[in-house]
Amino acid sequence: MSALAKPVARLIDEFSRLPGIGPKTASRLTFFLLRASKEQVDALAEAVRELKAGIVLCRECFNISETPLCSVCADEQRDRSVICVVEEPLDVLAIERTRDYKGLYHVLHGAISPMDGVGPADLRINELVERLRTKPVREVILATNPNMEGDATAMYLARLIQPLGVTTTRLGRGLPVGGDLEYADEMTLARALEGRRQF
Amino acid sequence: MNGHCGLNAAAKVGKVRQARERLYRIEGIVLKRQDFGEADRVLTLLTPDRGKLRAVAKGVRRTTSRKAGHIELFSQSHLLLAKGRTMDVITQAQAVNLFRALHDDLLRFTYASYMAELVDKFLEEEDAQEDVYLLLRGGLEALGETQGESSLALLTRFFELRLLSLVGFQPSLFACANCGQPLDAVDQYFSATAGGALCPACRTSQRDALPLTLNALKVLRFLQTRDYPQVRSLVLSADVHRELERLLLRYLTQVLERHLKSPEFLELVRGVNPVAG
Repeated sequence: MSALAKPVARLIDEFSRLPGIGPKTASRLTFFLLRASKEQVDALAEAVRELKAGIVLCRECFNISETPLCSVCADEQRDRSVICVVEEPLDVLAIERTRDYKGLYHVLHGAISPMDGVGPADLRINELVERLRTKPVREVILATNPNMEGDATAMYLARLIQPLGVTTTRLGRGLPVGGDLEYADEMTLARALEGRRQF
Repeated sequence: MNGHCGLNAAAKVGKVRQARERLYRIEGIVLKRQDFGEADRVLTLLTPDRGKLRAVAKGVRRTTSRKAGHIELFSQSHLLLAKGRTMDVITQAQAVNLFRALHDDLLRFTYASYMAELVDKFLEEEDAQEDVYLLLRGGLEALGETQGESSLALLTRFFELRLLSLVGFQPSLFACANCGQPLDAVDQYFSATAGGALCPACRTSQRDALPLTLNALKVLRFLQTRDYPQVRSLVLSADVHRELERLLLRYLTQVLERHLKSPEFLELVRGVNPVAG
């Protein structure tokens, strides 16, 4: 029998299922909560419960949202003729942080990975095509991750979108801010050279 | 005082040696990747001398990572690894070949995924097979230089047969897999459970026996016994292509006792942009 009281062991077990949390961190979190005030623990428990109860996927862009139509899709100020396609809801946040993008989004919830059996049917791809068919969209920005799976997803989407007569663009690629040229791989450097601009 | 210094120096030398032993250099191809923790990835590498190996690459999902571009999927890289408690950690990476042609073409990418999936499923961890490594490296290279659906398919059939031979599942194509009699130059049968071609007399011995045309049998024999430079110039009819693909997929699934995932997407990619056989 374990020396730990059952509720403690159970919470440790639940915590260790979370990404990036091992058994040690899980026990540390558990014992922190054990010593914390009742209000603090209740607030956490409530926040966790609310998460599932109050969140839906936006019916237009499939971003996580509190309302059936997310705040971006509901905003009359946004440019409805441009859709930026991203893999995950967190990517929307990243692009919003630039404050340079005024269009709408479409969240795929993943990227194509043939080896893992993740195909177009597992992503919100049909929904995107349907959106492009029914809404007056001028441009689709493919902002999937700049890696093999993201590129493959972008290529697949481009093939589907082309017959619809919508312009597709891909996020530019090059050297990261604060990077070091000597550590850049040949592909990034080659793409950076390709996309160089008049200074 | 003197003795004290000497002791210190000895301890220092010991430490340096230990640090050196914790690090090792290796060459590998990235077969598979999985996101891990905040910004890390777990890579499944195929190496010539240590077989399949799992290692952590820390921070590679950040755009400023110095390693990320060197350990993309399917890239061949020189790596410096540090021994870890559960998994080794990649500390440095320098790409030798990124196989750029696979990044720009969906069909090539999908075939590359299929090759990597096959190798991943056939090899167990730490099962060193240098010839499988060389086969995959050559296969990825050849994919990048191959144009057109039918040539890519031919290359993949060659890859499948060669891999089967290397891992000990070479199908029997010259003698009946059931009775051992040499096969005559007529249409035959093929059974995945029997492990190869069956003569017409033995077709009823296996429940999964399927017709195998003489043409397809000839191509299979050619692929199994020749090198790729000779194979690449073959031109096959769309029917033979389809027959070989279906037959080998059935055989591979039987041998692996597992479902292969990438053929499904391959089917789809060909549907999106059908290229004439």
